Amino acid sequence: MAKTMETSQSQTERQTNGTGSNEKNIVYKTKELNLWYGDNQALKNINLEIIENEVTAIIGPSGCGKSTYIKTLNRMIELIPGVRTAGEISYRGRNILDKSYEVEELRTKVGMVFQKPNPFPKSIYENVVYGPRIHGIRDKKILNEIAEKSLRGAAIWDEVKDRLNQNAYGLSGGQQQRLCIARCLAIEPDVILMDEPTSALDPISTLKVEELMQELKKSYSIIIVTHNMQQAARISDKTAFFLNGEVVEFTKTTKMFSKPDDQRTEDYITGRFG
Amino acid sequence: MKYIDDRKVISTMKPRMARNMIFRSLFLLATLFGLLVLGILLYRILSQGLGYLDLQFLQSLPSRRPEQAGVYTALIGSVWLMAVVAPISLFLGVGTAIYLEEYASKNVITTFIQINISNLAGVPSIVFGLLGLTVFVRALFLGTSVLAAGLTMSLLVLPVIIVASREAIRAVPKELREASYGLGATKWQTIIRIVLPAAIPGILTGAILALSRAIGETAPLVVLGLPLFVAFLPKTVFDIFTVLPMQIYNWTSRPQEEFHALAAAGIIVLLSLLILLNTIAVFIRNKYQKRY
Repeated sequence: MAKTMETSQSQTERQTNGTGSNEKNIVYKTKELNLWYGDNQALKNINLEIIENEVTAIIGPSGCGKSTYIKTLNRMIELIPGVRTAGEISYRGRNILDKSYEVEELRTKVGMVFQKPNPFPKSIYENVVYGPRIHGIRDKKILNEIAEKSLRGAAIWDEVKDRLNQNAYGLSGGQQQRLCIARCLAIEPDVILMDEPTSALDPISTLKVEELMQELKKSYSIIIVTHNMQQAARISDKTAFFLNGEVVEFTKTTKMFSKPDDQRTEDYITGRFG
Repeated sequence: MKYIDDRKVISTMKPRMARNMIFRSLFLLATLFGLLVLGILLYRILSQGLGYLDLQFLQSLPSRRPEQAGVYTALIGSVWLMAVVAPISLFLGVGTAIYLEEYASKNVITTFIQINISNLAGVPSIVFGLLGLTVFVRALFLGTSVLAAGLTMSLLVLPVIIVASREAIRAVPKELREASYGLGATKWQTIIRIVLPAAIPGILTGAILALSRAIGETAPLVVLGLPLFVAFLPKTVFDIFTVLPMQIYNWTSRPQEEFHALAAAGIIVLLSLLILLNTIAVFIRNKYQKRY
């Protein structure tokens, strides 16, 4: 009975489940992940596979654990005191929850874009080359090349090329967020994690960032948490629906928004709760 | 039915405004009181001491004859003391603040340390003098040297620097740290490239306040047994010396009127030194704030 969103496409779409694509390159494989904040269990038995060069969207109501999950993928979650995890997340075949996996190494391959644009209080140029610098690149020529390539990659080069030495705080919110994406590209990551990257932006800036994501998915695997279901429908290949710390459904986005298997998914995407 | 009666509001307006005025005047008086006392103090010192303040006063050694006496050894002694206190207290203070804020996990032990540091800030300076006498002067055989006094003063101002630095470090938005960690930076890289540059104005303010306190403090040095009369300059940190407040203290305790005027002149020198320090702090602070 529930009517689907306009984005519903061919309902005869192959009913591939997210967990069934063995032939493709798996970037992240999450097995029986459980996570607690103190005594509070935030994630329950998560099993997910993230495929190379796809955009995977994570949707769900506030407090469902979607941000917690994406922050676990680069172990940013460890900054919160009292977090415990159980289970396994393997990134390219290696368990990142293993304490012998250095987070610095992981985060060099897995970049992150945050909810609120968070440029450093430095010049635009210094923001972009921050990553390469901390990883030991000192050659000015190489840094300049990285800066231009990253800013172009984040579709902000034309707007800032004449004021690279100005403070990044002088940019608009949307520009700052694209600068943060450029800063993330500068470390040449394999995966980009985006935690509600457009929730603090106006519609036009949001559109620009979304267009950028379409461009980026050609070279990167992207995992995005979003509150905006239209956004998930527009940009992602697969969607995971989180509810109360569990994955209710994980499937192709087209299927998710046209013919979800679970009644709760349908209720959520048709706006009956959340 | 309306709960707020317009007519009643208008009729009570006058007394409300009057009460506002009363408190305004009261607080203005409170402000003026402090300024007035400061003014009187400055006037007394300047009128008494300015006559004795000249180049010769700055360049002369202390003497039994007031017309020949100067603050040279005390002034240079104060500079020596600062040269020891500044690096030691800054390194220990900022280091402690960084450890507690960035590295230490929040548990019972760190909470205990934090509470104790706050308590240390309230310990009377004379107690630090006793500590310095026991540990540095006697146990470590440093005597009443620049080093012994410098270490004692460093301990005295350490809590102030730690508390100010911690607040400055804590005020750096956590989003900036996350951005840095997210790019694969280590804690140290994040601290040195992001946290400290953003926290420096606050740290410097605390440091200068602390140094100002160290430069004017007398009680712990009296306990250490610093000589009141030193007719030569220290050559190394192991030499005995005296400082401006000690010299002023010495002069005020003399019966002759001329020495009181000399004390006033010494106070002017001390105040000028403090103003100079604060100016430097403001200058550095503005420079950093402009960049960020």
